[in-house]
Amino acid sequence: MSLRPAVSSIDHVQGNANAAVELVEFGDYQCGFCGAAFPIVKEIQETFGDQVKFVFRNFPLVQAHPYARIAALAAEAAALQGKFWEMHDAIYMKQDELGEELFIKQVEKLGLDVDQFKKDMESEKVQTKVEDDFESGMRSGVNGTPSFFVNGEKFDGGATDLYAMLKESSS
Amino acid sequence: MLKKKETAPDFTLFSAPDKRIRLQELKGRNIILAFYPADWSPVCSDQMALYNEMLGYFNKYDADIFGISVDSKWCHQAFVQSRNLKFPLLADFEPKGEICKKYGVYDDQEGESQRALFVIDKEGTIAWSYLSPIGTNPGADGILDALETLTQKL
Repeated sequence: MSLRPAVSSIDHVQGNANAAVELVEFGDYQCGFCGAAFPIVKEIQETFGDQVKFVFRNFPLVQAHPYARIAALAAEAAALQGKFWEMHDAIYMKQDELGEELFIKQVEKLGLDVDQFKKDMESEKVQTKVEDDFESGMRSGVNGTPSFFVNGEKFDGGATDLYAMLKESSS
Repeated sequence: MLKKKETAPDFTLFSAPDKRIRLQELKGRNIILAFYPADWSPVCSDQMALYNEMLGYFNKYDADIFGISVDSKWCHQAFVQSRNLKFPLLADFEPKGEICKKYGVYDDQEGESQRALFVIDKEGTIAWSYLSPIGTNPGADGILDALETLTQKL
């Protein structure tokens, strides 16, 4: 199964834009497996450095996880003030504190405009981004979270399998 | 396994302890049938939970989804409550697996349904079918592609 649509300028991209390996995660901020994958993805980025480009798309399972959607909105709202990855990381690192209080605390810590952040969280732009990400996941064959795509193809395994695969192909 | 362009065999199955659903009466809507082996087994739970998140998107294509397994209506009721599922699960329980067999997706060895998807158009004709490896959650991309094709035809 292929990634649809392909990575573009609307995506949040970390690392070398011209990297040989493009890694896309579909994740849910309240999902325990995504929380467990978070440090492993970091390790992949540290180990492979410039060889890897990392993209995150939202796939909130709102029926199963009541905070998944607002957490996705919070990260996207922070993105409008240029701090997507900071919010993304903070949420995964404090997954057990998920809630509005955590988001506001982070917004203040990052020195962002709190009122603007709150307004953005409710804006159509941010909601549409989250919905478009979810739809792209459905169209790409995402069947749970986290789901990874490597160079546009679905990767059949979790973050540790991914690490092992990259390790093997680089050695 | 029944294929595209074949008529979807009619059935009447329990969707809840006090409710039955007949396929023929659903004409005018696109229907997604998701056959799966059993309530409570890990992959299926993921699969049904996944579809539970997508009901709004299916609805955009005038489509309703039904899960089907050989579990009883009482087992389905407990499973639906436990996973907070917002769509019906049909009980192919008596005679066991009869509808699975009609659609060609019964696993005699396990006495369960295989993992299979059907998209049925508004006239009751199969528009798309897919047999998934038993341990693999097939996701929804195939369903959405089929629904999109149906919608474009009109």
